[in-house]
Amino acid sequence: MSASNLDDIFLLARKKEALHLRARLIQNIRLFFIEHGFLEVETPLRIPSPAPEEHIEAFPSGDWFLQTSPELCMKRLLAAGFPLIFQISKCFRAGERGNLHLPEFTMLEWYVTKFDYLQLMSQCEEMIFAVAANMDIARHCTFRNKKIDLTPPWEKITVQEAFEKYASVTLEEALNKNKFDQIIVDYIEPYLGVNRPTFLYDYPAKLAALAKLKDGNTNVAERFELYIGGMEIANGFSELNDTEEQRRRFEQALQLRTQKNWTQYSMPEKFLQALQTMPESAGIALGIDRLAMIFAHALQIDDIISFTPEIL
Amino acid sequence: MYTASDLRKGLRLKIDNEPYVITEFNFVKPGKGQALYRCKLKNMVTGSQFERSFRSVDTFESADLREKKMQYLYKEGDKYCFMDNENFEQIYLTESQIGDAKNFLIDNIEAEILLFEDRPIGISLPNFVDLVVTEADPWAKGDTVSGATKPVKVQTGYTIQVPTFVGEGEKIRIDTRTGEYLTRVKG
Repeated sequence: MSASNLDDIFLLARKKEALHLRARLIQNIRLFFIEHGFLEVETPLRIPSPAPEEHIEAFPSGDWFLQTSPELCMKRLLAAGFPLIFQISKCFRAGERGNLHLPEFTMLEWYVTKFDYLQLMSQCEEMIFAVAANMDIARHCTFRNKKIDLTPPWEKITVQEAFEKYASVTLEEALNKNKFDQIIVDYIEPYLGVNRPTFLYDYPAKLAALAKLKDGNTNVAERFELYIGGMEIANGFSELNDTEEQRRRFEQALQLRTQKNWTQYSMPEKFLQALQTMPESAGIALGIDRLAMIFAHALQIDDIISFTPEIL
Repeated sequence: MYTASDLRKGLRLKIDNEPYVITEFNFVKPGKGQALYRCKLKNMVTGSQFERSFRSVDTFESADLREKKMQYLYKEGDKYCFMDNENFEQIYLTESQIGDAKNFLIDNIEAEILLFEDRPIGISLPNFVDLVVTEADPWAKGDTVSGATKPVKVQTGYTIQVPTFVGEGEKIRIDTRTGEYLTRVKG
């Protein structure tokens, strides 16, 4: 049964307001980074080796893959002496479709040389607040029927503290039973970013494929996630720039992929070489679609993009 | 036995010896984490609900429920009467057991009556029903592109939001699971 042409027009026409808002959001984000001295870059969508991570699946594209994030190429730019860079690009992840997931989505990624994750959290606050203020929604943003004030500073809570406060099992138990993600989703996420955005930070070291470990506490990685209205918006970290350590982590992930009989990726050798000259830096990936949802009070990701895969 | 990849809205599971149905289903995944299937589960006898997520390695028992096709006859007080067309036996469901299905019940429609240990406990309608619009404001041409909706009444008395171009006397297809308008139907 195919919907009539009138029904198709109806579906798109009712998105008019949301699509205008989405466009303004992207324009304002661009403006912020340009005003702060960042260089906008474009890196290839089609790449030979995605970063080997356990839970991210790339779509094959010929002999290569569609990028799951622009991370590896952007870090090669950092290593080549581009200190402040940002990119707004499409990313592709196989098997991801839900109210908050699209197999093709829009990511904002930016990197700052000489920053660590704490400084990057502040800049993230500043960016989203500035963009929202420009769009006149900074103080009266409503999402999932909750008023959210975007005025900095935002709430910060470590993963350890969040487990103590909201979960009935300890962080260690959750990790041992392979239930970390489940506990986060069921018991912790709903309380994050409810009245103001929340940074959940200091992730267990084993849950950080590309992040630097904390000085003096190698159980913890300098990684954070931003939540607004119970929804994950961004993931950032102090970048690991130790080639040997990075190779060891990738080898582990590649081995696991072989064991589980998943699509095999090759070792991203050029990226590993580049790490040798990559300065101390921090980087963050932010889901533009989800931020647009917050600004548009949309309950599902379908509402703030023009075409979902299902109506193509 | 079910695995996580079988999970979907409407699937029935046995948890602690009680029958549960998945009323909401969503794919969730922390960006760097594992894929999870978040379900809202409803106890099919008591109606109580809870939400939780499952991992792809989790397994589930299936609920031993029986469904029987029966024909809707009439409503008496707050009881809805159905007849088994094989043995002409009649059974009754209460208003709360019928739930939202009452919005789509037209005389003689065939529905699946759910039996748990031979007790009728619920009803499931076909996913889509076609109902006639009985009350609607006329369409002012040119409204199409606004994406606006208007409320109309269908033959069961149910009020539903539809695109403004839908007129009185037209047949529309409704998704009984969401109660929402899908499309117009010819004839």
